[in-house]
Amino acid sequence: MRQTLDYLKETPSQTAGPYVHIGLAPGAAGFDIYAQELGHDIAGPNAKGERIRVEGRVIDGMGSPIKDVLLEAWQANTDGIYAHPEHLGEVEDGFRGWGRVIPDFDTGNWTFETVKPGAVTDLNGRQMAPHISLWIVARGINVGLQTRLYFSDETSANAADPVLNLIEWERRRATLIAERTDSDGTPVYRFDIKLQGEDETVFFDI
Amino acid sequence: MQPGPYYQRDRQWQPPALTSDYKTSVSRSPQYSMISLETTVSEITGPVFGHNDIDPIDKDLLSNYAKPGESPIGERIILHGRVLDENAKPVPNTLVEIWQANSGGRYRHKKDTYLAPIDPNFGGCGRTLTDENGYYAFRTVKPGAYPWRNWVNNWRPAHVHISIFGSAFAQRLITQCYFEGDPLIAKCPIVNSIPNPDAVDQLVARLDLNATIPLDTIAYKFDIVLRGRRSTLFENRPEGN
Repeated sequence: MRQTLDYLKETPSQTAGPYVHIGLAPGAAGFDIYAQELGHDIAGPNAKGERIRVEGRVIDGMGSPIKDVLLEAWQANTDGIYAHPEHLGEVEDGFRGWGRVIPDFDTGNWTFETVKPGAVTDLNGRQMAPHISLWIVARGINVGLQTRLYFSDETSANAADPVLNLIEWERRRATLIAERTDSDGTPVYRFDIKLQGEDETVFFDI
Repeated sequence: MQPGPYYQRDRQWQPPALTSDYKTSVSRSPQYSMISLETTVSEITGPVFGHNDIDPIDKDLLSNYAKPGESPIGERIILHGRVLDENAKPVPNTLVEIWQANSGGRYRHKKDTYLAPIDPNFGGCGRTLTDENGYYAFRTVKPGAYPWRNWVNNWRPAHVHISIFGSAFAQRLITQCYFEGDPLIAKCPIVNSIPNPDAVDQLVARLDLNATIPLDTIAYKFDIVLRGRRSTLFENRPEGN
């Protein structure tokens, strides 16, 4: 008898299309249907740590901001703990660590508010610099793109980060660093994601 | 004990980023190679959802936007199946979200200018959690095919968009479900972004007469497979993960 490996194959991905907001954020698409929408609040009012704002755009190969994009953010709390049963440790009430990010449909600018995550100790003891994982879907993107946002004011942690150090071309590491500016008291990090070109953002096959 | 890492995504089964017959991918596909990353704790964790996040009516597109006593126009269907991983283990309590055009092929979205009418009783979105066996079910109408601007005369096959979380950010997936027997499937540049015909076949829901409600609602079955992971001993789950 011929032995078979009876694994299943992962369902193939397909583009989220231009109307992804109908399904995942109908309020942004212009109609109220659910009692509550998901992903509005990454870090609730009880979340510990420094409040920050992240601003950016997703830019295509022609240099135009993508206005029908949807991003999801996933991050640890200020102590570096994920709100998930497989990460040891508790997070504070109201800290979810996950959010949906929707652009302004006219300009493509998006912004979200959260707390700055702490450094994350991986399960094998490695220390990762503070970062936010991002997942990007839109019309024309066949498989959701994974990237990470790191913080410009974490110079020494970034220099030691095992993931950033995997990027052989040191100049490309800069595409994952969000620049900090302080405006009206709230720290703002600027993070543009470029899908193509010389400064193309680094994406990960995870 | 350390949980097992996820199996690598099969990039030859999944569509590549650049598929020039699907024209929008030309300017939206990264040109450099992705950096391969062994999954860290950031990828093997992911958001957790519970019954307080959603309402039971959210999975019923026949009534979640309809005026009382009314219902959407179109063929009433049950779309159901299981969410499994590549080891054929059910994925329980995970969020499944869908969105679709109405039975005329029109989306409830201001940018959709197709001539087919908006259905006043159809919103076009739903969501549910899988049960402990990974099972999910929606009631909806079968969406219509519609034209789109790619080549001059492209028509999308009838389809439902599906978003699934799994239990880790590494499993995050958005796909589309097509319907058995639709002659437009083979002609669609988005479907054909998938290189392998067997992989395309995995996106075609089968007519499921066993699950119909006689004289009421027809049914299609669509199973979803998320990435599997290597089995690693858990102290609290000695039988494996």
